[in-house]
Amino acid sequence: MEQPNINYINELSGDNLAFKNKMLAILKRELPEEIAIYKEQMRRKDFVIAAQSVHKLKHKISILGLEKSYYIAEEYEDDLKNSNIDLQLSFEDILKLLNQFVIEI
Amino acid sequence: MNSIIIDDEEMARAIIAQMIENHPDLKLIQEFPNAIQAIKFLNHIEVDLVFLDIHMPDFTGFDFIDTLKFPPKIILVTSDKNFAIEAFGYSCIVDYLVKPITEERFNKAVQKAKGAKIEVVNEAKPSIKDEVKEFYVNIDRRLIKIDFQSVDVIEAKGDYIHIKTENKNYIVHSTLKKIELKLPSDMFLKVHRSFIINTKKIIDIEDNSVLIKKEVIPVSRSNRPELMKRLNLL
Repeated sequence: MEQPNINYINELSGDNLAFKNKMLAILKRELPEEIAIYKEQMRRKDFVIAAQSVHKLKHKISILGLEKSYYIAEEYEDDLKNSNIDLQLSFEDILKLLNQFVIEI
Repeated sequence: MNSIIIDDEEMARAIIAQMIENHPDLKLIQEFPNAIQAIKFLNHIEVDLVFLDIHMPDFTGFDFIDTLKFPPKIILVTSDKNFAIEAFGYSCIVDYLVKPITEERFNKAVQKAKGAKIEVVNEAKPSIKDEVKEFYVNIDRRLIKIDFQSVDVIEAKGDYIHIKTENKNYIVHSTLKKIELKLPSDMFLKVHRSFIINTKKIIDIEDNSVLIKKEVIPVSRSNRPELMKRLNLL
């Protein structure tokens, strides 16, 4: 499985350490919030609304350099709009990976 | 160029804010987590450039543009590649950035914005809306045409709206606020927080309700004066 990285954040920050720290702080705060919202929507089986959360999470997935995972998320977002949850487990594995990575950075 | 950012994701706002700060021709005036706050701000302050997310809950980027009479130049910033065609319909949209954006691509978009002139302002939009005779709703990946005249009542139910027409009812994932923007204002009126009615279909009116077909629709006290204004009273 591909591994997350902060190459994009490093590239964007250059030698601006304050900006890099700000980005990482936002990531640490915003990612768990977005995941919690998504999980609650799934628990309520509110799939169309959950698709919006997946859409938002896609940005974090791409920021953390997970190219293949991004395509899974993209497909899952479309599927959810039709209440198809076939990719739920694959997508939630990606979330676990992201969450763990963000805790450790 | 005085700029604002509208995006519900803090991370996205932080990235764009940094790129604006790095650009010699841009000045960040304000950032907003939703479009409603930005509309209120733009009623008082003029800006040159808006960095606008499309996917936002309740009020999308396109809803935002539709409400502005004189929209400034807009650069769309989104994770979705599929809106490019829709974006071409708006002369105020000067470029379209797909997240995650790079500084190089951002600078190109700003360069475009500097040279762009908005040819047609949205001033014509309300009259276009009035000339259009129908709207389309997305149901199970099909776009279904509904004539304005056929609509009796639109009712909000949770995250969905029920569009009740002469022949059929449709359940659509949307909000009253969104559909209200698409409807001709001389034909439709929001009479209650959960109901928009076609005023041409009213059979009778009581103190706090109207009858349309066999359905009694509640009328809020605050909406009653506007409803009474619309009536050709003897």
